[in-house]
Amino acid sequence: MSDERASLTGPDPYAMASGGVMAGGAASAGVAAAGEGLAAPRDYFELLKPRVMSLVIFTALVGLVRAPGDVHPVIAFTALLCIAVGAGASGALNMWWDADIDAVMTRTRGRPVPSGRVTGHEALAFGLTLSAFSVVVLGLLVNALAGALLAFTIFFYVVIYTMWLKRSTSQNIVIGGAAGAFPPLVAWAAASGTVSLEPVLLFAIIFFWTPPHFWALALYRADDYARAGVPMLPVTAGPDETRLQILLYTLFLVPLAASPAFLGYAGLAYGAVSVLAGAWMIVLAVRVFRVRQGEAAVKAAKGLFGFSIVYLFALFATLLGEAVIGGLLR
Amino acid sequence: MSGEKKEKPRPPQEDGVVLTPEQLKRQRARSIAIASVLGFLALLFYVVTIVKLGPNVLNRPL
Repeated sequence: MSDERASLTGPDPYAMASGGVMAGGAASAGVAAAGEGLAAPRDYFELLKPRVMSLVIFTALVGLVRAPGDVHPVIAFTALLCIAVGAGASGALNMWWDADIDAVMTRTRGRPVPSGRVTGHEALAFGLTLSAFSVVVLGLLVNALAGALLAFTIFFYVVIYTMWLKRSTSQNIVIGGAAGAFPPLVAWAAASGTVSLEPVLLFAIIFFWTPPHFWALALYRADDYARAGVPMLPVTAGPDETRLQILLYTLFLVPLAASPAFLGYAGLAYGAVSVLAGAWMIVLAVRVFRVRQGEAAVKAAKGLFGFSIVYLFALFATLLGEAVIGGLLR
Repeated sequence: MSGEKKEKPRPPQEDGVVLTPEQLKRQRARSIAIASVLGFLALLFYVVTIVKLGPNVLNRPL
C-alpha cells in the first residue's frame, strides 16, 4: 500500500528517469511537496500559462475581427477557444520539458511541476491531450488551414523553441518568438480561410517585438538564466551587446509597426498610436543602451520591459478599435 | 482430536489507497471540473452543428 500511496504523492518517477527532463532541483522540490499530492484544478489551469494565454487571445481576436468576410459568432468563439487552448497546451508541454531549469530560476520555481503540485507525467499528458483536441476541433469545426497552422504553432513552440533552441543558442527567443506571433495569423485563417499580407504584418510586429521585450527582462534576470544554463544573450554575449541588439531591434520594430497605417491597412488612429508609442519605445531603448551601471540600469531595463507590453497592447487595441468602429459605421 | 479448531490465518486487510481529506477535496474539485468541461463541449458541438447545418439539421429521411 505504501508504494501505491507513494506513487500518488511522490515526485514523478517518469520525469526523473527521463534524464534531463526533470532533474536536480525539480526532483527535490517534488519531494518537498510530496505530502500534498493530487493536483487541484487550479494547478492544471496554471500549467496553461494564463497570462501568456490572455495575450494570445487578445492578438488572435484582433486577427479574427480584421479578417475579411463574415464569420458566425459561434464559429469565431470556437476558433478563439481552440487557439487559446492550443497556446495553453504549449505552455503545459513547455513546463513539462523545462521543469529542471524552472526549478532553479527565481521567476519560475513556483510553477506547478517544479514545486511538485503536478507531476511531469501529468503535465505531459495534459499538454498532449489539449494539443490534439484543440487542433482537431479547430480543423473540423472551423477550417483545415487554421487547424494546420495551430498544429504548426504548437510544434514550433514545443519542439523547435523549447526542446531545441532554448538551451542551444542565444538566438533562442529571436527564432522562437515566431511561436508567439502565430495566433493572429491562425485567427485570420480561421475567419477567412486564407492568409494575406495584413496578417503577415501582424505576425512580423509580434516577431520583432519579442527580442527587445525578452532581452530587457533577461538583462536584469541574467543571473537566473546563467544559473539555469539557458544561453540568453546577456549570458553569452554580455549586457553591452544585448543593449545594442535591443536598440537595433527597436529601431527596426517601430517603423514596421507603423507600416499598416502607411500601407492602408489601418487608419489614422493606428498611425498616431504606433508613431507616438513607438517614439517612446525608442526613447526607452536608448536609455537602456546608455545607462549601463547600477540600479539606474536595472530601472531602465524594467521600464522598457514594462512599456513593451503596453506598446504591443496599444497597437493591437487600436487595430481592434478601428475594426469595431468601422464595422459599426458600415 | 483435541477439539480445538485451528483458525486459518486471515490475509492482511486490504485498505487500498487512503486519501487524506485534502486529497478527497481536490479529487472532487477535479471531478467537477472534468464534468463541467465535458458538459460545455457537448453544448458547444451541439450549437456548432446547428450553426453549420442551419435548417438542414431537420432535413433527414424518416
